[in-house]
Amino acid sequence: MKKLILALTMAASFAVAGAAHAQEKLKVGFIYIGPPGDFGWTYQHDQGRKELEKALGDKVETTFLENVPEGADAERSIERLARAGNKLIFTTSFGYMDATVKVAQKFPDVKFEHATGYKTADNVAVYNSRFYEGRYVQGVIAAKLSKTGVAGYIGSFPIPEVVQGINSFMLGAQSVNPDFKIKVIWANSWFDPAKEADAAKALVDQGVDIITQHTDSTAPMQVAAERKIKAFGQASDMIKFGPETQLTSIVDNWGPYYIERAKAVLDGSWKTHNVFEGMHEGLVVMAPYTNMPDDVKKLAEETQAKITSGELKPFTGPIKKQDGSEWLKAGETADDKTILGMNFYVAGVDDKLPQ
Amino acid sequence: MRIEIVKRPQHSALFSALSPFIALFLTLIAGAILFSILGKNPVSALYSYFIEPLTEVWSIHELLVKAAPLILIAVGLSVCFLSNNWNIGAEGQLIAGGIAGSILPVMFPDMQGWYVLPVMLLLGMAGGMAYATIPAFLKVRFNTNEILTSLMLVYVAQLFLDWLVRGPWRNPQGYNFPETVQFNASAILPEISSASGRAHWGFILALIAALLVWFMLSRTLNGYEIKVLGRSSRAGRFAGFSAGRLTFFAFLISGALAGLAGIAEVSGAVGQLRTSISPGYGFTAIIVAFLGRLNPLGIIAAGLVLALSYLGGEAAQISLGISEKSARIFQGIILFFVLASDTLIYYRIRIVSRAGDAVAKGA
Repeated sequence: MKKLILALTMAASFAVAGAAHAQEKLKVGFIYIGPPGDFGWTYQHDQGRKELEKALGDKVETTFLENVPEGADAERSIERLARAGNKLIFTTSFGYMDATVKVAQKFPDVKFEHATGYKTADNVAVYNSRFYEGRYVQGVIAAKLSKTGVAGYIGSFPIPEVVQGINSFMLGAQSVNPDFKIKVIWANSWFDPAKEADAAKALVDQGVDIITQHTDSTAPMQVAAERKIKAFGQASDMIKFGPETQLTSIVDNWGPYYIERAKAVLDGSWKTHNVFEGMHEGLVVMAPYTNMPDDVKKLAEETQAKITSGELKPFTGPIKKQDGSEWLKAGETADDKTILGMNFYVAGVDDKLPQ
Repeated sequence: MRIEIVKRPQHSALFSALSPFIALFLTLIAGAILFSILGKNPVSALYSYFIEPLTEVWSIHELLVKAAPLILIAVGLSVCFLSNNWNIGAEGQLIAGGIAGSILPVMFPDMQGWYVLPVMLLLGMAGGMAYATIPAFLKVRFNTNEILTSLMLVYVAQLFLDWLVRGPWRNPQGYNFPETVQFNASAILPEISSASGRAHWGFILALIAALLVWFMLSRTLNGYEIKVLGRSSRAGRFAGFSAGRLTFFAFLISGALAGLAGIAEVSGAVGQLRTSISPGYGFTAIIVAFLGRLNPLGIIAAGLVLALSYLGGEAAQISLGISEKSARIFQGIILFFVLASDTLIYYRIRIVSRAGDAVAKGA
């Protein structure tokens, strides 16, 4: 009898194992604009990919293609992932938008997720993050700490996502010091450590004493550390590259989103959407507040808490545009459509937005 | 002790023919070692590099997409290099062609009809030609070094394109991203067989160009003139050939083909102008030209091989999980062996010891 039970349990466990094996793994593909070793934007997406693997274990299998240029090559790389059997593909840069939509038309049974774009389809979802909420907190800190009253801002491309950040930083700073100034340099690249470093040096030479960046490498942080000024990290916690320099960093926390979407594909509930989430949903996380006095730290934490709870919305009037015209009346908040298409500066930014 | 490279008095016909195979053999061995060190199965790594991209129809299409600009440009460069004109600026001529060819779809997007595409291609060729005239003129008129001028003009073209798509030609509906409007359907170079893949008529244009230039080089007086002046300008002068006229001719041909490659890439593969329209095709084509031994028919093969190494690198990233950097290193190894084998057929390495007696080392 004992033997029989043992035999039955064994048979049952084999059957279960067999069944589990028969359920095919969900293959998830990622397209990266830079190398995972950039310790910024791509690194953070790759962390998300690893969290996904960890959370769903043998239910998923992930692959990625790194350093994929935006343009003709992107389409091939995305198609290659689709052909390799990936049923869920994340394309993690704005410039992959048209390529993603084109490939998606050819593979209706594959789900595509494009980061930071605006074109959706039945099998193309868009996910975006309110990075600008973190910028507001940075602005508050910068205005508290800066002695010169001028911060340097290294931008990548003058697209809405980056302009949102500059404006939000400015508004945060103005909430502390109405005369605060921002100088902007465009690197015209997402990832170019040499150019980013040059931009940082130029900004320091122009008298800024705090640097923030919307590019993907750690070079500006390293320059700031050399020049003994303070800086904010970008996309990832860059404290290792400036232990005495980094004030905080906006950390892109993609893992939970990737896990949620992979689960949705697995249980068949995946639907296209266009999400724009921030601190409240946990997509934007702030790295620990370091290298600042306690009162500034306290103010930063309070600001963060207010944004997380929804009490404070960075784009709330009265706000004037750079040219002096009124954008938002007192108490009025900007809608998402305006935020996502933002192509003007608010008053006080010392730069001409390339138009 | 020093190492010298000495020209062989005569090269072995046998080894000339064997050279590509020797190179392939050495590449396979080096690749197997490299992949083993990385902890990958060398056989499957080499399979995904060289065979996998050829096993599927769509992938062959992609191969043609990648090879088309390389072949077009390299064919033009072969005329330059054979005639001793060192045009290093094909990348700039490609961009100039891409810009000139895009005038119609960007500035007159309402213009539609069968005539749009031919005009675009002609404008593209004209743009490349015009841009190549600059170093040619400087060389003929002022005896300027064309390697420097043509190379520096690449950066000028890149920055001009950058300015255009950020400024006057930017898509007003593009959320400020630096790119032009998407071309309308009549400005898109059609796909050869759209049901099976993405390859567009650019590849056919490349084949036609290669055949025409091959015919010119091997069957016409013009081709003879190019070769004679290229080998010895003195002999050419005695024959009554004009070196200046030839310089213009070579630059115009290579500029036109690079410009054609540019507009074909923009219209066929990308569908709009962006800040960067080529991942360095104009420079890679220099390698392709020499890999094909400056023979247009050889260049077709060389362009396909180089394109294969790109696709193979990508396939290996997915199927084996090797990094993009390892894939590039392997691509470098391929080129190293191919060019080294070719060089050692014409040259030998001589190690000269301090005493002055030479010990010959053949390859």
